[in-house]
Amino acid sequence: MALSLAPAPRTCVRRTTLDNGLKILVQEVHTAPLVSVWCWYGVGSGDEVPGLTGVSHWVEHMNFKGTTNIPREQMKGIVERFGGMWNGYTWIDQTTYLETAGSAALEQMLFIEAERMSNALYEPAECESERTVIISELQGGENDPDQFLDIEVTASAFRAHPYRHPTIGWIEDLRSMTRDDLYGHYRRFYIPNNATLVVAGDVDADEVFRAAARHFGSIPAGPVPARLRVKEPPQVGERRVLIEREGTTGYLKMVFHAPAATEPDFFPMLVLDAVMTGAKGVNLWSSFSGAPPQRKARLYTRLVEGGLASMVSGALLPTRDAFLYSLSFTALEGIALGSLEAAALEAVEQLRDGGVDPAEMARAKRQLQARLVFENDSVTNIAHQLGYFETVVGPEFFPSLQKRIDAVTPEQVWDVARRRFGSTTRTTGWFKPVSDGESASPASLIEAVG
Amino acid sequence: MMPSLVRGLAPVRETLDSGAVVIVQETSATPAVAINATFRAGSLHEPDHLTGLSYLTGRVIDRGTEQRSADVIAEELDERGVSLRVGSTRHTMTLSCTCLAEDFREVLAIVVDVARRPTFPEQELSKRRAEAITALRQDDDNPAVRAGETLSEMLYGPTHPYGRRAKGAIASLERIDRDAVAGFHGRYIRPSALSLVIVGDVESPQVFEDAAAELHGWRHSDVLPSVVPPPPVRAGRQIVTIPMPGKSQSDIAYGFTTISRLDPRYYSYWMMNNILGQFGLGGRLADNIRERQGMAYYAYSSFDATFAESPLVIRAGVDPNNVERALAAIDAEVQQLGADGPTLTEVEETRQFLVGSIPRMLETNYSIAGFLQTSEQFGLGLDYDKRLPSLLNQVTLDDIRVAAAEVLHPERAAVSIAGPDAPVEATS
Repeated sequence: MALSLAPAPRTCVRRTTLDNGLKILVQEVHTAPLVSVWCWYGVGSGDEVPGLTGVSHWVEHMNFKGTTNIPREQMKGIVERFGGMWNGYTWIDQTTYLETAGSAALEQMLFIEAERMSNALYEPAECESERTVIISELQGGENDPDQFLDIEVTASAFRAHPYRHPTIGWIEDLRSMTRDDLYGHYRRFYIPNNATLVVAGDVDADEVFRAAARHFGSIPAGPVPARLRVKEPPQVGERRVLIEREGTTGYLKMVFHAPAATEPDFFPMLVLDAVMTGAKGVNLWSSFSGAPPQRKARLYTRLVEGGLASMVSGALLPTRDAFLYSLSFTALEGIALGSLEAAALEAVEQLRDGGVDPAEMARAKRQLQARLVFENDSVTNIAHQLGYFETVVGPEFFPSLQKRIDAVTPEQVWDVARRRFGSTTRTTGWFKPVSDGESASPASLIEAVG
Repeated sequence: MMPSLVRGLAPVRETLDSGAVVIVQETSATPAVAINATFRAGSLHEPDHLTGLSYLTGRVIDRGTEQRSADVIAEELDERGVSLRVGSTRHTMTLSCTCLAEDFREVLAIVVDVARRPTFPEQELSKRRAEAITALRQDDDNPAVRAGETLSEMLYGPTHPYGRRAKGAIASLERIDRDAVAGFHGRYIRPSALSLVIVGDVESPQVFEDAAAELHGWRHSDVLPSVVPPPPVRAGRQIVTIPMPGKSQSDIAYGFTTISRLDPRYYSYWMMNNILGQFGLGGRLADNIRERQGMAYYAYSSFDATFAESPLVIRAGVDPNNVERALAAIDAEVQQLGADGPTLTEVEETRQFLVGSIPRMLETNYSIAGFLQTSEQFGLGLDYDKRLPSLLNQVTLDDIRVAAAEVLHPERAAVSIAGPDAPVEATS
């Protein structure tokens, strides 16, 4: 056994591009009889204009509802017969679909993705039925006060950029959007030259290329959709959001304008986040469930150990345009949001005044190094990371992650803290719970009817 | 030779002198190791006046040992990128984490030290209690949690270990002092109640040696029995509504008590539940409520059987105006599967899915550790992944029909609904 960070033997990522522009990436991983297939599209809620917010996410839902050659009722069952799972998600820069199943299911998975790319049905009745499903998804999110606050703070942090609206869309747009809006969006963006197919697992790369050519080769390329390029004007003063709503617990959110993944500031900012809240890694699919290693992180020691918050978290993700670095706090029962905010700001100012010390830098880098290993622990995660970076940032980013983290200096971290953590670039949000009076406890209701 | 899981798992198991069981599975997908240390020390063992004791013990157990202060533990874990999770269920307390292979020995030493020699400093207990109370208050504001907890209470009664809140109540958390926590630890966190599962880029002999060294001298003691009283006999259907003004969506929890994980009918129930509320987006329930009626983002059922009569729970989140329609749809699906059983196609699809999904259950070190821990807890054997297909293949359509007929009766359902208003009249 070699106790080193060298990963277990895997082949290099192999890539090709079909004549119609479809990019294909394959990584052979032969440790388990599984394969994961992801099909990525360069479209997300950041491509949406007012009136059509949420269209990308709704289109994603519609692409599970039958195609010319897969009747709607048969969509379910194809991958399941091989023990497989399937899913999809939409975020600000991308939409993606996946299946992970026994490797014998590869042909079926490629067939489904090729059908999804070119032959989805968009039956009017299905579009209507899905409207209420998506509104239900939105309402479920609103039940969570932290999520509710996040949407309001994000909308306040941006004036112009379409990152300002939630990926699920605004409720009025979801009520008014038409079937033709959905279908038009689908036809515009779901073309092979705006897509990347990623396959990782117990497969032969040459066979994957041949099979992909069979399934996708005849799908015609389309005009490359021009993506929205909106430059957010500089923020000139702090913005504040106060939500007073029924609830039990106070939540505080502070967001700062973050660098895009391709900006030089991104990696110092990633290290800075590890210093402040613990390293999460950069896998949107898997890295953000559960608490990161953060007990020595500055905001944890200051606020959680300081008896003001029950939870702190930070989020920085690689994005195409400049998005947000967000800090979230849950107030401990009985603690005023003002005290929490003052302490959080003190920790931020301390970083701006004095930078980071060498021990913190070393710990942050070591954490990130470990998280990059942990978040590539399955064929599903490996395929996700290949597709995410190919689609959102470009092919050079992913292989250079570790090297670029290693190269970050304390001076760079201090510099981004000074420039990016000022009050004029901050948006602060409070969720202040309002008591709705005493409601009957479940126990008393049970007694009443039992 | 590089370990491969293509032919399934090949775990090795040893019982140490202390009574602890150690199970090791070598893998090579990443230079990382998953550690899962599970003690039979769940909320089942709490005295009635100290509910939340297991949960709070778990929150404070890693905040200082005889050998390491809380700060040293934090430093040693953080510098290795390790996040130690401590989870408490009705039956178990689990310490789990993933570390780099090169850090394995040091991290194992910390995990065992934390479990074996916690000092429960007063100041730490006080901080973690405040966090636990905040977590309870957050649950109070969460319709999904409120509906689920209320359903458990309806099915089992407020004092039954499966019926009370696993996190306890604010009053009981405030009663829990250091002596109570240390006493709970002394009685239940014992090597003879431990199964330690290690999965990853390791060599088994070395792991056994390391584990034996860390556990050496920890006194063996008898494992106290886990006695779960039977659930109360329920007379008929019961609906409870929980008004939560200001919320946007209503959460429905609808359920029955069923069988234990050790019951021979377990596989029939598992397949029945898959057909009812799991297959695809959520089985028959999602086909009806989400796909045909467009009423909910999620509608599914779950069946997580443990050592006693466990619940089968149906969940749906719907617009408050659709609660009655959703309830009618759940009733219809429950009634139909209970009365008519599944179709042959459903049985075969579900069987293919469950058998085929075994490799996927074993996709990561962390999931393999969970699988092996479950196998150990329920005595399923080291070759359970290989026996599981035949156990599922033996289940017949009639077996599933009988399972459905035994449990799926809308007139016996317990139903709780938490949401912005109460359109459904509470009934008994």
